[in-house]
This record gives sequence, structure tokens and C-alpha cells, in this order.
Amino acid sequence: MANKKPNYYLVWLYLLVLTIAEVGVAFLSGLPFEVLVFILLSLAIWKAALVAMYYMHLRFEPPRLVIIALAPLPLAVLITIVVVTMEVF
Amino acid sequence: MSEAAAIHAHAPRPMEGIRVYNVKLGMWVFLLSEVMFFSGLIGAYIILRFANPEQWAAPGEVLNVTLTAFNTFMLICSSVTMVKAFAAIEHGDQAGLKRWLLATIVLGAAFVGIQVFEYIKLAEHGFVPMASQYAADGGGPLYGSTFYTMTGFHGAHVTIGVLCLIFTLVKALRGHYTEEYYSGVEIMGLYWHFVDLVWIILFTIVYLI
Repeated sequence: MANKKPNYYLVWLYLLVLTIAEVGVAFLSGLPFEVLVFILLSLAIWKAALVAMYYMHLRFEPPRLVIIALAPLPLAVLITIVVVTMEVF
Repeated sequence: MSEAAAIHAHAPRPMEGIRVYNVKLGMWVFLLSEVMFFSGLIGAYIILRFANPEQWAAPGEVLNVTLTAFNTFMLICSSVTMVKAFAAIEHGDQAGLKRWLLATIVLGAAFVGIQVFEYIKLAEHGFVPMASQYAADGGGPLYGSTFYTMTGFHGAHVTIGVLCLIFTLVKALRGHYTEEYYSGVEIMGLYWHFVDLVWIILFTIVYLI
């Protein structure tokens, strides 16, 4: 139950602009692969966070629910780090 | 007091500290299991891609990024319409609830339709799940397998979401939801936004990188 009303259209505009930015960076920037991956993943995580915080109202939920919702993320990060370092080194 | 009511009266009270109603907590816990599910798929994708980079075509070479970017845009729009449906019933706006739910269904169904169209076009060009001859420089079976596994599981989630939305709309048409009773719309929204969130990650990983 959101007490404060987020501006849903503003979040939509952010998501739209970030998506256009992603496609633009991916195809027009000509950056080195590692830099490109870092930028693209950062933009994707930013968008995902916007959806979770405002559309899923996580920003307005009691802290305990936020903790529950974020609980699997360290595991998701861990699995990715382990997998990547395993393959790179 | 009937027997059922007597049992109910002595049942343990739900935990109060968290201040989240049970259905919503249940949906969140389900979504967390979904995070693990998609983490497994994405983890497998990263392992396979790092180990076999030669099997992947350059972004945009095989996949139609323009079409999928448009599809991504539609899914983002469907998240707005879903959250507007929730905002409507929160204020007791029955007409708004029905209108926004219908818009969400149309956008969600269009997403699945475009994805099916994309699959058909890709298959026509020889890009099927185990295909190894689709790009100018060959390719390998892993690109197609991982692509169809990840987008396919997501597409299945959207399809189930659209079916649940239709169910929610039917209930809304029957006046099931009110200003005080809107949990069904809220947890439907949580699932729908989660599916959008997963697509945001998948679009980047599968189409752009």
C-alpha cells in the first residue's frame, strides 16, 4: 500500500529512455567489449531497480519485506561471480 | 459456533510484525523462487558463453533487435497500464480498473504474438534451437539452445500472466474488487512487473551483449 504516489509515467519515461540508451550504446558506441558489458549491465540493473522500487512498490513496503525480497540477490551475484571467475582464470 | 469456526478460532494468529498481508507475502516468496530459477538459467548461459564464445553471433547479426526493442517497449507500457489498474481500484475506480486491465492484456498478448512471429522468422532463416548453420561464419548449437530456452521460459511466463490477467479482468467485470478488497489486483501486478523485470535483464544479456 503506497502512501505516497510515485509518478508512474515518469518511471515509464525513464525506462523508455534507458532502453533507447542501451540499444544506442550497444550498436553505435564502438566501445571495448568489457566496457560495453559493464555499461549495459548497469543500465539493465538500473531499469530493474526502477521497476521493483516503483511499480512493485518495494520502496513503500515495510523494511522486513524489503529484506525478504532482496535475500536471493547476493546468491544471484555470487553465482555470477563464481561462474565468471571460474571461466576467466 | 460450527466446528470449522471453532477450529479457526483456535488456529495460530498470523504473524503481525511484518505488516504485509499473507497473499502478498506468498507472492513475494514465489517471486523469490523465480529469481533463483532465472538466476540458474542466466548462470548456465554465462558459463556456456564464456566457454564457447565462437558459437555466438554478433548482436543484431542473427536476432532482430529492432523488433525486440519495440517488443520491450510494449512490455514496459504494459507495466504502466498494470500499475494504473492497481492505482484505479485503490481509489475504487471500477471503470478505470477494467480499462487498464484490458490494456495490459492487449499489450501482453501482443508481446507474445510478436515473440511467436520472431520465432517463426528466425526458424525460416534456419535459426532453430540446435541449429549450427545460421550465421555467415557458421555458429554452433549453443546459441540457439540458450536463446530459445531463456526467451521461451520468459514467454511462457508472459503467457501465463496474460491468462491470469484475463481471470482477473473477469473477476473485475463481476465487481469482485473494491476499494477495500484489491489484493488480487495487487499480487497480479507484482507477478506482471516481475516478468517485465526479468525481460529487462534478458533483453540486455541475450540481444545486446
